[in-house]
Formats: sequence, structure tokens, C-alpha cells
Amino acid sequence: MENNKVEVIVVGAGPAGVSAAITLARAGKEVLLIERGDCAGDKNIFGGTIYAKQTAEIFPKFWLTGPIERAITEQKIFLLTDYNSTQFSYKYSSKGAYKAFTVNRAKWDKWCCNQAEKEGAYYAPKTLVKELILKDGKVIGIRTEFEEFYSDIVIIADGVNSLLAKQIGLRKDIKDTDVSLSVKEVIKINKEKLEDRFNVDEEDGCACKILGGPLKDKFALGFMYTNKDTISIGYSISLDEIKKYKIKPYELLDELKAHPTISAYIKDGETIEYSSHLIPEGGYKAIPKLYDNGVMIVGDAAMLVNNVHFEGTNLAMLSGKIAAETAIEAINSKDFSASSLSKYYTKLKESIVIKDLKTHKNTIEIIKKNIHTLSSIYPETACEFIEILTEADGIEKKVKYRKFLKDIIKKGVITSSIPLAILAMEKCLKR
Amino acid sequence: MNINEKLATLKYNKDKESHLAVDNDVCMRCNEKVCTYICPANVYEWNEEKCIMTIRYENCLECGACKIACDKKNIIWRYPNCEYGVKYKNG
Repeated sequence: MENNKVEVIVVGAGPAGVSAAITLARAGKEVLLIERGDCAGDKNIFGGTIYAKQTAEIFPKFWLTGPIERAITEQKIFLLTDYNSTQFSYKYSSKGAYKAFTVNRAKWDKWCCNQAEKEGAYYAPKTLVKELILKDGKVIGIRTEFEEFYSDIVIIADGVNSLLAKQIGLRKDIKDTDVSLSVKEVIKINKEKLEDRFNVDEEDGCACKILGGPLKDKFALGFMYTNKDTISIGYSISLDEIKKYKIKPYELLDELKAHPTISAYIKDGETIEYSSHLIPEGGYKAIPKLYDNGVMIVGDAAMLVNNVHFEGTNLAMLSGKIAAETAIEAINSKDFSASSLSKYYTKLKESIVIKDLKTHKNTIEIIKKNIHTLSSIYPETACEFIEILTEADGIEKKVKYRKFLKDIIKKGVITSSIPLAILAMEKCLKR
Repeated sequence: MNINEKLATLKYNKDKESHLAVDNDVCMRCNEKVCTYICPANVYEWNEEKCIMTIRYENCLECGACKIACDKKNIIWRYPNCEYGVKYKNG
């Protein structure tokens, strides 16, 4: 690196930034990857998984050497009422065809970053970028606490709060309806106990989504993920809902943990880490302009999260890769203008990143409107139905059926009996 | 498990100066004080006697919720200087 100048600077060593840096390094381009944490991953958390196929496009056969926790072999959905629950799950074999993995982000992000370094990226941890350097309306570098670095292109991968995108006007203030707060605990538990409780084999794991219970009537979704010998449990909730209900996020987390169905999974466990993070959930309509002269935005900083399908890390990686490919073309043609870098957005539109977000541009509104049905009435009705089917208590079945039908008509389940997911899908397809 | 017990599970490198700031006069006129309940680390507490917002910045999880949720847009929010702030081990 001569005179603090490289071809590309990537700010932020999360999934988007590292994917961009490694793609550039592999093409022989000079790239500097900057991270504010002591190590990549220090500041990162998620309630989620990495996806096998899309992650392997950046890190081939990562499961052989990367620090994965468990291969997901079961997707489980919990519908909670105040005290009870109905659960349904999809269980599959992972043998030979991994779909998703849980990871510990502190370890995983660090490993990914090491791979980028091995491929030739310069890596600068413990470095906080204070601002972008502009000249004649072009981004020409970055200023840290102590020095300046220059580049032909800066790729902004500084996460959901992206102060850098805001500095150059590509991002406005985030609306509280466009972002969710996630709180999480990592609970340590005996490995055999964990495998028994979640009914998984060694190395296999379970991903759980939780609706209702303490989260009922709020635009909130709970989750549990199994790691090697820990369980990640938490939920995310739209910021405007926290304001509406004046919730203290950690108290609601305790309520979720105390629900009889959930508490049985984490019993005798020891919380070894509490954490919190924002998730950009504004979807298609909240995506800002993603490029300008000498600059592109990727990952969470670009608001690229598909919350309907719980996807984020995969979209981050893909956007990072596409931005890097655009940068490679720009370097080869020595054209770093906005019009040259607009190819990034064109390619993003042709990829699943924008296509899927566009498909769901109105889905969240539909879910928000129907949140009472989804998070209260569905769990209650499912539990009542199974209770009627299985309970023998001397009461005549006809009496029970009549009451059940009367109740669901009263609650409006009949009128909303076409499952909302199908309704939403139908609407998506019509567009 | 109360919030202090939750925060005790975390590793921080504490800076001497705060990376968060508010204008107390604006807070005084704010009825809602969203920051006092929305923060997942319970960083903000309104001191009724002194009419100032107590900011326990050393507990901050750097999420950014306070800045977005503040009705008065009264929170100056930036990242802690490098090497400071929270350090997750199990994210």
C-alpha cells in the first residue's frame, strides 16, 4: 500500500464487507478492509443462520474448516397462547445436502475475515472511520481517528446505522417503522441435554420461530437456535411497537423465557451473554440509492434484509459480491463515476436480492394489519382444536364442537380462514 | 434475570468519555422520554431533581435504537472510539 492509497476501501468486516473484500482480492485488486472492533465479529450478533449454498459461493466448502455450530435439520414454529402452545415442524436429513448452519458470529466473522486476508486483502481492525473524504462531489477516501486513506472506490458496509451513507446523503434518518430491535441471550446448557430437548442428533440443530404468547398482538417474532452447547433465544420487535406499548425490551425477553413451553427448553441453563442489535426491516420501499461517484453501499447499510423469510446474511454476502464485481469492472475501465457504479444496482435488480424484496414490498403491511389474527387467534384456535380432539372429560363432543365453531366465527377466524401466507403470496404473484 | 444481571454477562472496554449526548433542556420538555424505556441496556434515566438525563454510556450496546426512537431527535449518537465499547463473544 503506497501513500495510504489502494484501489478499494471496504468499511466494515461483516458478511457484506468481507464478501466484497475477498471478491476483490481474488481478482488481484488492492483492497483495504477496515473494522472498528478489535476483531471482526466483536460488534456483530444475529438471531439466525448462514445459508449453505449462498455462503459456499463466497467460501467454498466452508463447513469443512469454518467454525460452524450445528447444521439445521429442523425448522420449528411455535404458536404460543398465554400458557400453552401448538408446534409444528419440518424435519429433514442434512446428509449430503446442507441447507443452513448456526454460527457464533464472533468466531465466524473472524474466520471469514481471515480468509479475505489470506486471499490478499489488507485488513485494519481497531479502526473507526470517522468520515468519508470528498473532492469535487466524489468520494476519494476515508478519515479515521488518526489518519487518512485514499481509494478509487469506497464500499460502505458499516451496518444498519450507516453513519457514512448518511454523511453523503444516500441515507436519511431511519423511520422507527423501518427497523426492528432484536434482543437475545445465549444460554449455556449441557450438550446431551440440548440434543435431547430439541430431539436432534449430534452436530444437527433446530431453528425455531415463535409467535404469540408474551409477543401477541405486537409486530414481534421470537426465535431459538441451537448451537453446539448453547441456545440462542430472543425476539425482534418493530421500534414503533416498543413505543406504542412502552416496552422495556429486556423485560419482554424475560417474559418469553418464562413461558411454560419455552422455559422447558432452557431450564438449568446459564445465560453467558446478553446482546442487542437493530435489523433493517423496511424492505423494498426503504432501500436508499446505493451508489454515487466513487461509492457503493452493501448489506445492512443498504437495508437489504428480507424479514418475511428471515434472510439477511445471504443478501449481505451477495450484495457485497456484486458490488465488488462492479468495482472490478470500474477499475479495469478506470471509470469510477456514479453512472459506472450504477451497474451495481442494475445487477442487484437482476439478482434475488432486489427481486425478493420487491415481491414482498407490501407483505409486511398485510402482516401488521393482521397481527392480532396471526399472533393471538391462530395460536388459540390451534390449541383449542387439538384440545377438543384429544381431551376426554365426559362432556358431549357435539357441545364442544358447537362452542368451538361459535367461538371461531365470533373471532373472525372463518372470514380469515384462508391462511394469510397464501393470501400474501397470491398478492405478490399478481404484481 | 434483571437488566443488571444481563449486562454483567458482557465484556466492555470502557472509555473515559461518553459517545452519547443529549440537550437536557430538550429532554425536560419531552413528555415521552422514549429513551428511558426503549434502550435494551437501560442507559438513560431521567433525574427529576437535577433535571438532567443520566447516561450510563459505558453500558451501551451500540444498537442505535435510542437515536431513531427519540421523538425530539435529541440524541447525539456515534460509535465509541476504536478499542472501546462492547465486545461480544457469542453473537
